[in-house]
Amino acid sequence: MTTDLGMPSTGLPRGTAGVPRLPDDAARQTKREFTSDQEVRWCPGCGDYAILAAVQGFLPELGLRRENIVFVSGIGCSSRFPYYLDTYGMHSIHGRAPAIATGLATSRPDLSVWVVTGDGDALSIGGNHLIHALRRNVNLKILLFNNQIYGLTKGQYSPTSELGKVTKSTPMGSVDHPFNPVSLALGAEASFVARTMDSDRKHLTEILRAAAEHRGTALVEIYQNCPIFNDGAFDVIKDRTEQEARIVHLADGHPVQVGPEAARQVLVRAAGGSLEFVPEAEAQGREVVVHDAAAHDPTQAFALSRLDSPQMTHVPMGIFRNVDRPTYDDLVRAQVEAAIDTAGGRAGDADLDALIRGRDTWTVA
Amino acid sequence: MSSKSVQQLDRVVIRFAGDSGDGMQLTGDRFTSETAALGNDLSTLPNFPAEIRAPQGTLPGVSSFQLHFADHDVLTPGDAPDVLVAMNPAALKANLRDLPRGATIIANTDEFSKRNLAKVGYTENPLEDGTLDSWHVHSVALTSITVEALAKFDSLSRKDKERAKNMFALGLLSWMYHRPTTGTEAFLATKFGARPDILAANLAALKAGLNYGETTEDFAVSYEIAPATMPAGTYRNITGNVALAFGLVTAAHRAGIPLVLGSYPITPASDILHTLSGLKRYGVTTLQAEDEIAGIGAALGASFGGAIGVTTTSGPGVALKSETIGLAVSLELPLIIVDVQRGGPSTGLPTKTEQSDLLQAMFGRNGESPVPIVAPQSPADCFDAGLEALRIATTYRTPVFLLSDGYLANGSEPWAIPSVADLPDLTVEFATEPNATDDKGGAVFHPYLRDEATLARPWAVPGTAGLEHRIGGIEKANITGNISYDPDNHDLMTRLRAAKVERIADTIGPLEVDDPSGEASVLVLGWGSTYGPIAAAVRSVRNSGGTVARAHLRHLNPFPANTGDVLRRYDRVLVPEMNMGQLALLLRARYLVDVHSFTQVRGLPFTTVELADAIMSLARGADDDSISPVATHRGLA
Ligand code: SF4
Repeated sequence: MTTDLGMPSTGLPRGTAGVPRLPDDAARQTKREFTSDQEVRWCPGCGDYAILAAVQGFLPELGLRRENIVFVSGIGCSSRFPYYLDTYGMHSIHGRAPAIATGLATSRPDLSVWVVTGDGDALSIGGNHLIHALRRNVNLKILLFNNQIYGLTKGQYSPTSELGKVTKSTPMGSVDHPFNPVSLALGAEASFVARTMDSDRKHLTEILRAAAEHRGTALVEIYQNCPIFNDGAFDVIKDRTEQEARIVHLADGHPVQVGPEAARQVLVRAAGGSLEFVPEAEAQGREVVVHDAAAHDPTQAFALSRLDSPQMTHVPMGIFRNVDRPTYDDLVRAQVEAAIDTAGGRAGDADLDALIRGRDTWTVA
Repeated sequence: MSSKSVQQLDRVVIRFAGDSGDGMQLTGDRFTSETAALGNDLSTLPNFPAEIRAPQGTLPGVSSFQLHFADHDVLTPGDAPDVLVAMNPAALKANLRDLPRGATIIANTDEFSKRNLAKVGYTENPLEDGTLDSWHVHSVALTSITVEALAKFDSLSRKDKERAKNMFALGLLSWMYHRPTTGTEAFLATKFGARPDILAANLAALKAGLNYGETTEDFAVSYEIAPATMPAGTYRNITGNVALAFGLVTAAHRAGIPLVLGSYPITPASDILHTLSGLKRYGVTTLQAEDEIAGIGAALGASFGGAIGVTTTSGPGVALKSETIGLAVSLELPLIIVDVQRGGPSTGLPTKTEQSDLLQAMFGRNGESPVPIVAPQSPADCFDAGLEALRIATTYRTPVFLLSDGYLANGSEPWAIPSVADLPDLTVEFATEPNATDDKGGAVFHPYLRDEATLARPWAVPGTAGLEHRIGGIEKANITGNISYDPDNHDLMTRLRAAKVERIADTIGPLEVDDPSGEASVLVLGWGSTYGPIAAAVRSVRNSGGTVARAHLRHLNPFPANTGDVLRRYDRVLVPEMNMGQLALLLRARYLVDVHSFTQVRGLPFTTVELADAIMSLARGADDDSISPVATHRGLA
């Protein structure tokens, strides 16, 4: 499987600008240093293990001081993640991690703040905080482990479970229409939206790298297998032959295509603006869709996210959107700094005295 | 100034009442500033509807502002007005029942039209049909005189001119009570600096009001109230919400840590958000969050990062924040939750005061979840309460409730401004070094290794090398902070969290009792904003020869260590509250003392008279029924 995202690293760590780095001559950090002494308690075979290994393996590459990295999570299987990383971490409450991380990231520009969440945590109980973090564009990296099920509460359907799903709480099948996390994030005007998969370490690492470099909220949906309650949810795109026909690798600046060389299909714009795959040979003379992750207008990225179907006929993977816009935390800090500058520096006792006195005073001798 | 006669008074209560759009709050504010500048002691009570502009001229649309000022120590905004300024029939009707016979009414006759009278159910004009014979009525065509006085302002519409009638009323009252208007003139100049014509019109209306008093025969007497003797110092007038915002900023400054407010707009707390949002220059960061939960979440996140996280709200918001407060209890991080209480349950009475969130603050979370509670006793005291809340939060690494209320929030009083350098040093110490060794002798950090005196855990903030650790809402092992489901450990941690909050009593000083004769058998014990009304009632009882002791709780959790002793020292204890007896419930449960609960939930502070009556009847040994909640409900009395 290729991992060329078409977005070669710029080498400019904008996403972590302001976070103290290791000196250039320091020994390179290792995965071991990022591994805490806590016993990992996920079920055997859980996709979370692979994601943890990928993150532990990737973090040293950032070259950041370990003490300046913070992982904040909500509640759910995936939210145990911070316990297993030897960074600062907070395992908070259900759905609220983006809100807590917003306060932390805004008040501490010297931290690299990551949120770990799941489909229930982020899209159900915490949906409000997620969309507001995305629209504000706080400099957070949100890793959304999507296993399309509630694991920790033992197997109820989640907001990403497919229609008709039979679970303990839906014996006759779910009647809830699922969210598409990528579509939702794009609708909330997220500045960085990507999708990857637990089992593809290389792709996952590439996406983490791009997310870390992005300044602003990066929403990374990670397809994650829950072997206990929703085993095989992504099997069809993990199968070596099937995946080639189904996974649409989004490569920036390249035509969007899918399938093996011999049966390649190309994405074209149909009359009315919708997108459809046609055999390469039939693409002649049609408007071929070229992926443009940096396009200001998210319309095409959104259309790509709609290529999903419950049958996973076509599953786009990679970076849907990666645009620059000012981040909330930078703007908030800039206002505070501007106010301090205008006043001629940080406030001392005398400034506080002047503030609380106000203008209308009288003196009693 | 005037050839008319001048009388000396020791105290006056004025109520300005009008339509929500009549500018009564502004008029009241300005009169208050003039009064403060003159050196009277004072206390104010704004009272306004939740609707921004209820239908014009209706009873629900009436907004009022009451001011009590005197040549002596003022404790309450006053039970009953001596003067009512009624800008329309609705304002008259809504306020007349509070007005003692013989009081003065200044009514704007222009608004007493058939239509406006009918709107509030008057079939006859009360100004003319003898209804008001027992009061001293000044009928003044406030609107038309104002419009006439502004005749030369061609650029202004009639509506603009009419709008200045509140300045005319202010001018008239300023003449009546010899208030200086220079402060108001300066205020108007700032407010209308960009509209010179409007500024000139307002100044002209103010002046016209002054002249009207001076020249019309209707107003024969004006009054002087000598300055109060107050302790030496520099004073200003301040509302509770502003004092609270200043207290929090000053506390963070004295602590040497940034203040981060995460908040969602809610009445009557929003003014704290507004005030703090304007104080960025003092290093304050404010985040208006997407909801109440996100507000406190952001605050807690900031606290994890070494700031003092603050969230400001009212009761409905506290309900939403409860889970995060529980998380803060478990994380043992500093956090301040300001609850400006209002009438409940549910949306309740958004603009009216109540003290009914005490038990919510105390117990409104799942599990054993103790949270310290601090309550200010007056508008200016909100400043000190802010300092105290931060001291407790940072010293004991705990969320702290600060229970203000609608009366404190919007009410105002003179405040002897402290010198910031003289305030307590609240410097915070963060953990910087490992605090333990592992079995191989290596230095390690244990996030739940406690200080022996305070039982506080170390506050190690991200960015500190070597202290990387994970905390969360799952029960943690004592000392190491690792996840633990061990039964004994949970029992221990639960007791440690409770003991930590109890330890706060070591640093809060005893409950002080005001019992000058030492012979009282009745103690009145209050908390929060009932301080003024209780003190005034106690003074009134003593002035009429009674003996009664008085004490007031600033800390509701934990109580001062001597609270039980104090309660047991008196034959009877009266606990007045603007709720159904929440403090009384706690005291009874904790100390097994059968305190007498005296309650009302009318959205307004107690009056001095009703409290004094309750004290007297308890002193006479009257049985409980006479002061039961039902009996004090006026509708049933
Ligand atoms: S329940 Fe599923 S998601 Fe949770 S740990 Fe087990 S395998 Fe992983």
